[in-house]
Amino acid sequence: MRNVIGLRNGEAQLIEHDPWQLLREPGEVLPDGLLILPLATWIARRAQRPLGRDGLWLGPDDDVEPLRPWLAQVPLIAVDFPSFRDGRGYSQAYLLRSRLGWHGELRAVGDVLRDQLSHMRQCGFDSYAVREDKCAQDALLGLAGMSVLYGRSVIEPRPLFRRR
Amino acid sequence: MYHYDEYDRALVFERVAQFRDQVRRFMAGELSEEEFLPLRLQNGLYLQKHAYMLRVAIPYGTLGARQMRTLAQIAREYDRGCGHFTTRQNIQFNWIELAQVPDILQRLAEVEMHAIQTSGNCVRNITTEAFAGVAADELLDPRPLAEILRQWSTINPEFLFLPRKFKIAICSAIEDRAAIMMHDIGLYLYRDGHGQMCLRVMVGGGLGRTPILGLQIREGLPWQHLLSYVEAILRVYNRHGRRDNKYKARIKILVKALGIEAFSREVEEEWQHIKDGPAQLTEDEFQRVAAAFEPPAYDSVIDDDLAYDTHLAQDHAFARWVACCVKAHKVPGYASVVLSTKPGDASPPGDLTDAQMDAVADWSEQFGFGEIRIAHEQNLILPDVRKRDLHALWRLACERGLGTANIGLLTDIIACPGGDFCALANATSIPIAQSIQRRFDDLDYLHDLGELSLNISGCINACGHHHIGNIGILGVDKNGSEWYQVTLGGAQGKHSTLGKVIGPSFSAAEIPQVIEQIIATYCAYREQDEAFVDTVRRVGLEPFKERVYAKRPEELICVM
Repeated sequence: MRNVIGLRNGEAQLIEHDPWQLLREPGEVLPDGLLILPLATWIARRAQRPLGRDGLWLGPDDDVEPLRPWLAQVPLIAVDFPSFRDGRGYSQAYLLRSRLGWHGELRAVGDVLRDQLSHMRQCGFDSYAVREDKCAQDALLGLAGMSVLYGRSVIEPRPLFRRR
Repeated sequence: MYHYDEYDRALVFERVAQFRDQVRRFMAGELSEEEFLPLRLQNGLYLQKHAYMLRVAIPYGTLGARQMRTLAQIAREYDRGCGHFTTRQNIQFNWIELAQVPDILQRLAEVEMHAIQTSGNCVRNITTEAFAGVAADELLDPRPLAEILRQWSTINPEFLFLPRKFKIAICSAIEDRAAIMMHDIGLYLYRDGHGQMCLRVMVGGGLGRTPILGLQIREGLPWQHLLSYVEAILRVYNRHGRRDNKYKARIKILVKALGIEAFSREVEEEWQHIKDGPAQLTEDEFQRVAAAFEPPAYDSVIDDDLAYDTHLAQDHAFARWVACCVKAHKVPGYASVVLSTKPGDASPPGDLTDAQMDAVADWSEQFGFGEIRIAHEQNLILPDVRKRDLHALWRLACERGLGTANIGLLTDIIACPGGDFCALANATSIPIAQSIQRRFDDLDYLHDLGELSLNISGCINACGHHHIGNIGILGVDKNGSEWYQVTLGGAQGKHSTLGKVIGPSFSAAEIPQVIEQIIATYCAYREQDEAFVDTVRRVGLEPFKERVYAKRPEELICVM
C-alpha cells in the first residue's frame, strides 16, 4: 500500500516500501505477495498455504469475534473506514485490542485523514494508510492530537481521574 | 461552581489552537467543505441561512458572572449585540464570521468555556435541571455526576463519529425538570433503601421526526458504574446503530428495532466486560468534583421577611410576579428567581442583548453568589436570592425587560430560532410566538388560565420541543408555503406525554385565532382550578377539534 504511516516503537514514520496489498473483494485468482483479505478468503487460502503470512481485512459491518481463532497466526489486521464520518472502526479497534488482546499491526484503511489520526492512535491503531490523494507527510501532523485525555482509551486505559 | 484545573485548561486551549489551524487550512483550500464540516460542527459552528452560527456550551446550564460578561462581550464585538439561549441550556450567536471564530473560542477558553461537541454526531452538552443544588424538592445534587460525564464524554476518541447526535440528561428531584425521558440517555439519581446513591437509566428517548419516550434499561445502578454503563450503551450503539439514513440513525430507532429486552441484553453483555475495570468511579474523584458544588455561605436567617411580606400585600404586580417567577429554595430566607426572556413582541424567546447579559451578571453578584442558570425553557435563573431582596431585583428586572410575570404561563413560549435563521426550518417560529404573545397580553387573564406550556418548532427536528408542549405548534412545508400543525396534551416531567395532532394544519395568520379557540374550549370545560393539560386528558381532543374546525365558532358557543 502507498501513503502509509507507521508507529514503530512509538515513533511515527512514513513507510517507504509497504509490502501489503489490500483486496476488499478478491477474485478467483490471487496475486503474489503479502495480501490483506476478508476472513472467508483468508481461511480458504490458509488451507492451501499453511505457512502464509497474509493479513485480515475487517469491513465496517463485520464482527470481530469470528477472528478470534486465527489471531495467533495473523500479522496484520486492516479496519476499514468507508467514510471518515463512519466511526465503527474505532469500536472494532477497541474490541480487537482490549477484548481480544491482539497485539499485531492494526491498520486503518479507507477514508483515513489527518484530523482523525489522533483518535485512531488512541483506539489502538498503529499504522494508517492515508487516503491516496492526501499528503501523508502533512497527515503526520495530526497524529499527536491533544495532551489531555479525560476518559480512557486503548493506549491509556486509565481515565484521567486515576492519573490526576 | 466547577473551576478548571491545569488539565481542563490545557485541553480547551489546545483545542482552540487545533481549530485555529483547521480554519486556516479550510480557508486556504487544504480542507474540503466535506472534510471541514464535522470538524467545525464538533466546535459548535453551523452554517445557517445568512451566516455562521456558533453554539457555546453551558455545561448543565450553569454560568458564572464573569462568563456571562464574556458572552455579552462576544455578542457586542462579534455578533449584532444579541445571543439566543437554547432548549439545551446553551447559547447561540447567529451572526458570526468564520475567520473570527478562533478568537471567540480563545476568549471563551480564558473564562473556562468552550464550544466543544455542541453539535455533530457525538455526545452533546450534558444537561440537568436549572434548579440543581437549590431546589426544595431535590433528592441529591446531580451536578457532580454531570461534570464527571462532561469530562468523560469530551473528545472521547471512540465515540466522536457516532451514527447521530447523542444527548444525555440527569435529574434528581421529585419533579423532573430536565426532561430526561426525552434524551438518548436519561439518568435519574436517587438513594436506594440502603442509602446508596443509584441511577435509574432510561434509553432511547428523543423528539424529532419520531418522538419516543425513553424506556428504562436499568434500575439501581450504583453510581460508581455510571461511566462504564454509558460506555457500554455507546459501544453497542456505535457498532449497530443505522448509518444508511440519518432520519433513522438515533439510538431510539435501534432500541425500537431490537426491542428494549434484546437491546438491554446487548448492553449488559458488553458491560460485564468493563464494569469492574478502571472506568469504575472512585469516591476520591466524586469528592473532588463534588467539592466544587458545595453550597455557598448562606446567611442564616429566618424564612419570613417583614418588608417582603409588606410588598407582597401592597403591590399586586409584584405579588403576581412572585407567584410564577419565584421558586422555593432549600435554605430558609432564600428563593430562586426566574427571569423571563419572553416579554412578548419586544424580543424573541430566549434572546438577550449584551446589555441585558451584563445586567444579569451584575444582579447575580449583587443579589447572590455570582451564579446564573439557564433553564431548558430558555429562561434565566438567579438561584440564591434573599427574600428581602426580591422586590429590588424585580424592579431592576422590569426596567431591563426581564421581569415579565409569565413563567409557566401561555406566553412563556419555547421556540426554536426557526426559518428566520435556521437553514433546516420549514417555517418561521418567532413571528408565530409573537403573534400569540400579542393576542394574549393581559397578565391577569394569563394568570387565571394558569399553568400552560406552548412550544413551537420550525421543523420536524423539534428543537422547540413541540411534542411535549401542552399546546405544540410545528411548522410544516406544503408545496413551498408555510403551515402549522397543532398538537394538544403534551407534557414534560415525570408524567411526560407526547401531544396528539388535532387535525389539518393552519396558516400563520390563523394561529392566534386557533389558540384562542383552544383556550375558550378549555375555559368551557375546565373544572375548578383544573390545569389545561388535565382538562385535555379528561375530555380528550374532540371538544377542541369541534370548536377549532367549526366554520362559525359563535354558533358553537350557543350550542354549548
